[in-house]
Amino acid sequence: MNTPALSLTGQATVGDLHLQIPSSEPLVVASGELVAVVGPNGAGKSSLLRLVAGLVSLDSGSLTLCNLIVDNGSTKGFVPPERRRVGWVPQNRLLFEHLTVVGNVGFSPRANSKTTSHLLESLDLKSLANRHPTECSGGQAQRVAIARALAAEPQILLLDEPSTALDVESRHRIHDLLADRSRRPATMLVTHDPAEVADLADRVIRVTSGRVTCVDPS
Amino acid sequence: MTRRRRAPRSVLLVATVAMIFLALPLVGLLQRMPWTNLGHLLGDQAILDSLRVSLLISVIAASLVLVLGTPLAWVLGRVRLPLRRLVRSLVLLPMVLPPVVGGTALLFALGRRGLIGQWLERWFDLTLPFTMAGAVVAATFVALPFYVVTVEGALRTTRDEHEQLAATLGAGPLVVLRRVTIPRVLPAMGAGLALAWARALGEFGATITFAGNLPGRTRTLPLATFQALESDPEAALALSLVLLAVSLAVLVPTRDRWLPTR
Repeated sequence: MNTPALSLTGQATVGDLHLQIPSSEPLVVASGELVAVVGPNGAGKSSLLRLVAGLVSLDSGSLTLCNLIVDNGSTKGFVPPERRRVGWVPQNRLLFEHLTVVGNVGFSPRANSKTTSHLLESLDLKSLANRHPTECSGGQAQRVAIARALAAEPQILLLDEPSTALDVESRHRIHDLLADRSRRPATMLVTHDPAEVADLADRVIRVTSGRVTCVDPS
Repeated sequence: MTRRRRAPRSVLLVATVAMIFLALPLVGLLQRMPWTNLGHLLGDQAILDSLRVSLLISVIAASLVLVLGTPLAWVLGRVRLPLRRLVRSLVLLPMVLPPVVGGTALLFALGRRGLIGQWLERWFDLTLPFTMAGAVVAATFVALPFYVVTVEGALRTTRDEHEQLAATLGAGPLVVLRRVTIPRVLPAMGAGLALAWARALGEFGATITFAGNLPGRTRTLPLATFQALESDPEAALALSLVLLAVSLAVLVPTRDRWLPTR
């Protein structure tokens, strides 16, 4: 069996929210797998992604990324975000406005010019390479954010509602990329869109009031 | 079409009075300016000396402000310090302190018999009072808070989510500082530096108390203006014009780029 890209159990506190992943039902994402994360607003979906990215730490339990324990709640061992290989695309994208599109995509010290150029091509961003994020439409900006995360060659990609309020073309581009198992790493995709879940997800997990549960594959 | 809201007449009236109040001294200055004699007055060696001294002192002070103030602003804006409020109050104190008091305090701290000054002299043979270096110290002391308060504000309001994102892309703390934080607060750094430089250029009280009024060494434009007012009012007017021109030369180009214009 393949080594899972991610394995997580335990608890974390984010403000008023208590995230819980029971040890009887650990959250596991296999390499190459795309897991949809669903649940009501404020349930803790974004916090779950931040926990994996290393922006929040576990109070108990452990998080393993590709065989390496990166957060251990009991020993307080913690690998900071810059030494985890995650690609985080938050809902508000957080593009660097002082850099051009190509500067954003190639930002990561791990990004090389070949990958950057390939991603600009495959997400149809080549013609925008020298623009600044403020000169891009919402859909273009979202593609830049995804390309930037992928250029860092992550072991796990964390997408927070990437298709919300996107134009049809951008949505297609992003879906084409995500549907291709050979081109994407293990992915956690937060979404409210049932069509997106049906199109892309190998599996679904649900977050309700901080509690993470797996939904039976059906 | 969007209609602009009209200001109430009473507010307009008071605002006009305030504008006149600010503009009037300037008009008075320009109206008495000896325009025909200006070339001769400005060519005077004493005026040129004080211009050189002023520019040198204010530029060195602004450079020190940049080097010392940036890390200080970062610590105040981003690090959870114990007693942060107290530390911030201390940092901002020179802004509200009468400059003469600042100069006196510098004298007791860095003077030849001062707390640290005596050791500076004994160990490094370094005397600050009544030297150009002393004038630089006085100007830096009064100008530093203007820079720190501007940059600290920007650092606190610039959400650190961008920095978190940069970290997830593999950027370590120093790379994040260089490639994300500093570029994002650069406009505030420019504005703060312009304010600090202007404050250093106009510095009077702390300079005269700590560094004296020595021609060619510590007699800056404001000191020369004050001196001339007693003996040669026309020269004082010409000096004021030079200070006004230098200030405008900095304010106008920096305003559009760094200071909010709307």
